[in-house]
Amino acid sequence: MVEEVFQAERGRILATLIRLARNFDLAEEALQDALVEALCHWPREGVPQVPGAWILTTARRKLLDRIRVQARRSELLLEYGAPVSTASNPQINWESNWEMHDDQLRLMFTCCHPALSMEAQVALTLHTLGGLSTPEISRAFLISEATLAQRLVRAKRKIQLAGIPYQVPPASELPERLRAVLATLYLIFNEGYSAQRKSLANEAIRLARVLRELMPQEPEAAGLLALMLLQDSRSAARLDPDGRFLTLEEQDRSLWDQTQIRAGVALLESTLAKRQPNTYQLQAAIAAIHAESSAAADTDWAQIELLYRDLLRYQDTPVVRLNHAVAVAMSCSLEQGLTLMDGLTSLEGYYLWHAARADLLRRLSRHPEARAAYQKALSLAANFADQEYLRARLRLLNHTAGGVSKLG
Amino acid sequence: MKYMLIIYNDEAADGTATPEQMGQLFGGYMAFTEGIKQKGIYVAGDPLQPTATATTIRQAAKAGALTTDGPYAETKEQLGGYYIVNCPNLDEALACAKQICALHTFSSVAVEVRPVMNLG
Repeated sequence: MVEEVFQAERGRILATLIRLARNFDLAEEALQDALVEALCHWPREGVPQVPGAWILTTARRKLLDRIRVQARRSELLLEYGAPVSTASNPQINWESNWEMHDDQLRLMFTCCHPALSMEAQVALTLHTLGGLSTPEISRAFLISEATLAQRLVRAKRKIQLAGIPYQVPPASELPERLRAVLATLYLIFNEGYSAQRKSLANEAIRLARVLRELMPQEPEAAGLLALMLLQDSRSAARLDPDGRFLTLEEQDRSLWDQTQIRAGVALLESTLAKRQPNTYQLQAAIAAIHAESSAAADTDWAQIELLYRDLLRYQDTPVVRLNHAVAVAMSCSLEQGLTLMDGLTSLEGYYLWHAARADLLRRLSRHPEARAAYQKALSLAANFADQEYLRARLRLLNHTAGGVSKLG
Repeated sequence: MKYMLIIYNDEAADGTATPEQMGQLFGGYMAFTEGIKQKGIYVAGDPLQPTATATTIRQAAKAGALTTDGPYAETKEQLGGYYIVNCPNLDEALACAKQICALHTFSSVAVEVRPVMNLG
């Protein structure tokens, strides 16, 4: 019970403690002290009415104790931002504490600072802002707890030694820095979504929701949350009972989470109304079209093709071009889509490029070429669900064109 | 906090630049230096002579020192100069580094930002 409350409140409280201490470790130690005190008092005296406020007050007092001890030990005067009186004042206004709000936002920008490696950003964001425990994070990323701990130590050391600030960047830097925060959250989401690790995807959605509440005026923050909600709405339908990946066409659409789709679409619509489209909003708009099509055959591919064309204006990458080529194939002509795809030779090492080509070749009844492309995709696919999907495709192809394969 | 801004530029490309381009680059550096002096964050800064003038003493593990001609690392970009600035945090030091990069309009440049160790 005590641990659960702490895990739920951890991100918010830690953000404030880190601002006060200007030191991650000291803040975490103070929170740990507060946990020890709660474990000792709560079972006897009952859980406080506002547990979060109790934890913050106690942790602040513990932090001050630790800073005093440290200062005495090293005779260094540490900067301590908060007036001492609040540490003994239990009447902190918990519900409407705007300062805490800002603390969380500042911490997000610190954790996702481009001076930290992406790995470090992800680990630090999940560890300090997230509601997942260290073993849960290490399991989700398939790394040992020791590796994760090492990553965190290095990241915190760089923050301290390089003087990475604890602040929301100024307006001139904000667009670039916000993109970094969004990219980190989306990476966490994708890691959870693509590997079917639900806790990680949920955590990314929770953090995106926090960010959107902290920056309600930023359309891309809302766009990212909408995109996550819409993609995640399909998570129950993405694999068959044997763990094989299912394409949008094959999925049982009755398994899609309609409540989540409605929430995602509503958020997207109110955001698009601001008329500042960008990459996440456009990707969410594409996901919304899929989500709102009651059958694969009803999908408005012409609209999707237009949206990918828009997306290319903001994010001209080979992967976006590949998706655009699929949309052209589905809305216009298969040959035209294939020609566009064939031009993307930089994707030769990417299994989805071969899989997408194979799919178009199959639809064009060019079976030997389709088979070769599926085989190439299979040799490059890394996870089981994708490999199973490709094997099933190959079996299907051999079945429909058995004679041809014997001749070849 | 003190930061060293270590400037790596493409010496070969600078060698083929027109006098106008080089004049513009020097002018840019002078204005930048003046700017950070006025802001009160300038501590030190110098350009270096080209790598053709460099001599390196290197010592492999468990071996004696060896003196050789040339810079430490043979790469596309070479150490060309440095600044030391006193900034409240990394973001402000990075902003200086971006300003330096913007001065190099005709060749590639990289600026490494390193906190200077404080020995008391």
